[in-house]
Amino acid sequence: MKFPDLSMSNPVRLRELIRQIRSAKTAAEERAVVQKESAYIRDAFRDEDNTWRCRNVAKLLYISLLGYPAHFGQLECLKLIASTRFTDKRIGYLGAMLLLDERQDIHVLITNSLKNDLNNSNEYVAGLALCALGTICSPEMSRDLGGEVERLMKSSNVYLKKKAILCAVRIIRKVPEQFDVFQNSVRSLLSEKHHGVLLTATTLITEMCQQNTQALQVFRNLVPNLVRILKNLIMAGCSPDHDVSGISDPFLQVHLLRLLRVLSRNDNEASDSMNDILAQVSTNTENSKNVGNAILYETVLTIMDINSESGLRVLAVNILGRFLLNTDKNIRYVALNTLLRVVHADQNAVQRHRATIVECLKDADVSIKRRAMELCFALMNKNNIRTMTDEMLDFLGTCELEFKSDCTSNMFLAMDRFSPTKQWHVDQMIKVLTTAGNSVRDDIVSSLIGIISSTPDLYGYAAHQLYKKMQNDITQQPLVQVASWTLGEFGDLLVNQQPQNEENLRVVEIEIIDILERILNSSLSTVITREYAINALMKLSTRFPNCSDRIQSVMTYYACNMNLELQTRAVEYTSLFTKHNIIRSSIVERMPVLISNQTSNTNSSEPEESIINSKENSPVNGKHEHVPSDEPINLVNILNDPIQTTSGTLNPNHSSSLFNPLEDSLFDFDTPTNPTTKSIPSMTAIDKNGIRMIFTFERDNTTLTINSKITNSTQYSITNFIFKAAVPKTFNIDLYPASSTTIPANNSGDIQQIIKITNPNREKIRMRIKLNYQVNNTNMSDEAELNTFPEQCYN
Amino acid sequence: MIKALLVFNTRGQARILRFFDSCTTESQQKLLRETYQIISKRDVGACNFIEYNDYKLIYRHYATLYFVFAIDSSESEYDMYEVIHMFVQCLDQSFENVCELDLIFHSDKVNQIVNEFFMGGFIVERTPDIVLNDIRTQVRLERQDSGVLTHVGSKIKSAVDTKTEKFKMDVEKKYDIKL
Repeated sequence: MKFPDLSMSNPVRLRELIRQIRSAKTAAEERAVVQKESAYIRDAFRDEDNTWRCRNVAKLLYISLLGYPAHFGQLECLKLIASTRFTDKRIGYLGAMLLLDERQDIHVLITNSLKNDLNNSNEYVAGLALCALGTICSPEMSRDLGGEVERLMKSSNVYLKKKAILCAVRIIRKVPEQFDVFQNSVRSLLSEKHHGVLLTATTLITEMCQQNTQALQVFRNLVPNLVRILKNLIMAGCSPDHDVSGISDPFLQVHLLRLLRVLSRNDNEASDSMNDILAQVSTNTENSKNVGNAILYETVLTIMDINSESGLRVLAVNILGRFLLNTDKNIRYVALNTLLRVVHADQNAVQRHRATIVECLKDADVSIKRRAMELCFALMNKNNIRTMTDEMLDFLGTCELEFKSDCTSNMFLAMDRFSPTKQWHVDQMIKVLTTAGNSVRDDIVSSLIGIISSTPDLYGYAAHQLYKKMQNDITQQPLVQVASWTLGEFGDLLVNQQPQNEENLRVVEIEIIDILERILNSSLSTVITREYAINALMKLSTRFPNCSDRIQSVMTYYACNMNLELQTRAVEYTSLFTKHNIIRSSIVERMPVLISNQTSNTNSSEPEESIINSKENSPVNGKHEHVPSDEPINLVNILNDPIQTTSGTLNPNHSSSLFNPLEDSLFDFDTPTNPTTKSIPSMTAIDKNGIRMIFTFERDNTTLTINSKITNSTQYSITNFIFKAAVPKTFNIDLYPASSTTIPANNSGDIQQIIKITNPNREKIRMRIKLNYQVNNTNMSDEAELNTFPEQCYN
Repeated sequence: MIKALLVFNTRGQARILRFFDSCTTESQQKLLRETYQIISKRDVGACNFIEYNDYKLIYRHYATLYFVFAIDSSESEYDMYEVIHMFVQCLDQSFENVCELDLIFHSDKVNQIVNEFFMGGFIVERTPDIVLNDIRTQVRLERQDSGVLTHVGSKIKSAVDTKTEKFKMDVEKKYDIKL
């Protein structure tokens, strides 16, 4: 391979350079050639050589195409632009477009050259300038040159007009205020005959309308003009200039339709005037060619977006149905895409095509599969949930990895909304977990656990099913996590209950513990799975008292584990066996029914009461997502109402409350130190059955601190008093631990508790409270809604 | 709006790279690499529209070249599909049976055509004929600038060069030798 002789005065021609680079056999050779040439070019630039600058910059552009740095050529481009020769200007502007953008400071230097060139009598020079301005438009340049562009928009030269209009589009995008400059000239553009100008004009108007709602009003009365142009296009037959496969200027038609769509959104009057033309376009356009389909697609989109009459909508859905049956992949993709938008508006129309859509799930093409999957989920309803779920399970088994997590989350949501029975729900979810393996999202595990726990009849059944799955395979983490939780909680039910259909599959305690130990020891289990397993084993220590020695030895073994989390748990559990054996059974008692806010059926608004563990003292952190993975005593939510509930949050250190459950929590509850600026009257929250709760307030801007005092005027003392509060979503509530849970009788003592509410929007405070306590050996529960907070609390 | 126009061959080497959105050289090359990886794995009969980050990639395969347009949501995919064809038609008419070598050795002229078709990410002109006329006029202007004869001579020379190059490559490939 020959390198050029650098001592020669003429630089290498571009073609020669290209040939040299291409003939390089290895990447290193290519780099060598490029670097040599780069160095040469840099020297040449430094020497300020006018004659060959153009050629050198051309070479530099080629080099930058290959990915090598070429920024040293930027100034040279400026010099080329300033030259008078057309060739120089051309290369200069090209270089500027490729190498410069608004991040470099140099680009402002072009402004002057641009201004001169925009005024040049030669239309091609002006065209070059417009092109460059359109590409590297920056806010400063737009402000300076906006006026020039507008002047060119009005010129009679069609070539310049088109470019000027698109330049204007770019300017408006960068600097929306410039809209005023261009606003007036736009109207006259639509009466042009030249299709190129019409095209660019429609782009400009579309852009303006998207930026600026006021523009929308102004341009709405252009709709009749647009409709007329479109009509002429369709009726006029084929003009040879703009004909593509027998359809006259499809691009213009598409653009006009899009503009009509943008203009007539949410506007009845404009929509009415378009109904006819849309119907005409849909019926007249033949759909055997691609271009025809493009127009039909755009028409359908327009029909869907405006307030069209129902007949038109039906027509649109039919067109989409025809697209779906087409063999061409592109059309099918486009149809699926549009159907997704339609289905939210009108589900029934799309249901008819459900079979075809399900077929598309099996297509080899990834884009089509994704669209089909989304559409299938949108189409699920009560009637077809069973068949659709089977289809989706098949799909889940065969689809690519990127789909799995989306698919599982969507399946879960859909089943949550539409499942006919709980048992079916649990069954299907277990199937999903088995098929999807490890690509399931984290919250699904906890949601499934929530569901299992919320149906007491299914405890044994769920445990049984999960146990069976686990016997085969313990590698799928989400499944194993759910299964270990279930076995831990309900292992005793599994052993005691006779399984329904299979008599010879009685499970023995040892087997369950075996499996949990296997999970714990397996190298394929993640840390989280092991945490679940270790918790489950702990719970089983009370449920299966015969095996408690074995479990204790496992815990002791894990007390030396390298992983900190496992070690902590093992150590704590070991001490539960030894020092605190007395309370072990109460700690690992069965959990109360978990009610999760997020995935419960959003259509029903019945409040669900929660069953409280009466041994629990203070409400512990009620975050649902982490419930199963933490210590056994976690009380969840309180009132599941249309008002968003936030359980009182402590800042508890869980492990400390584990070991000191009967003492007060370890924090101080200082009275708030915020200075009160106004004195606010106190309020009686509740006065019922001898319990009186009085709120006194202190306020600091948006934070309200309530001191609540609870007295007992009955003759019996009250024990295990628990107070819960819920506020609407816009507020934030913090419940600090109460001073005690016992109120002596006959007003001889009280409980004090601090509640802090943040009210950033200064709205009227509403609160729902619930009291649970034990009096005279009976459990009592009271509820109240508080609306009568004094105004100074929030105003 | 079109965010980027990429033309690369079946081995991933770029032939035309145009970005209508300002981005650094590294991100340009990254986009090129990733696009090549996605598209080279596609089936022949697969859908020509791909979703990629927040863009859509519309691509068409012509002989050894992939023409890829990265668009955002304001453009219609089908429209773009047709525009790619228009563009290629124009290239075909201006170079007479265009092939990859034409794009390599006349990259400046190709860029000129791109400028005439697309400006700042929007489409200026859709009809190949009009664009061709404009290009020819501009070439004439250049010739006037630098003197007619030299340009004609260089045009002949360049035509001969390209053809020889093609012939050389064919022979090399066929007989597996190095000329």
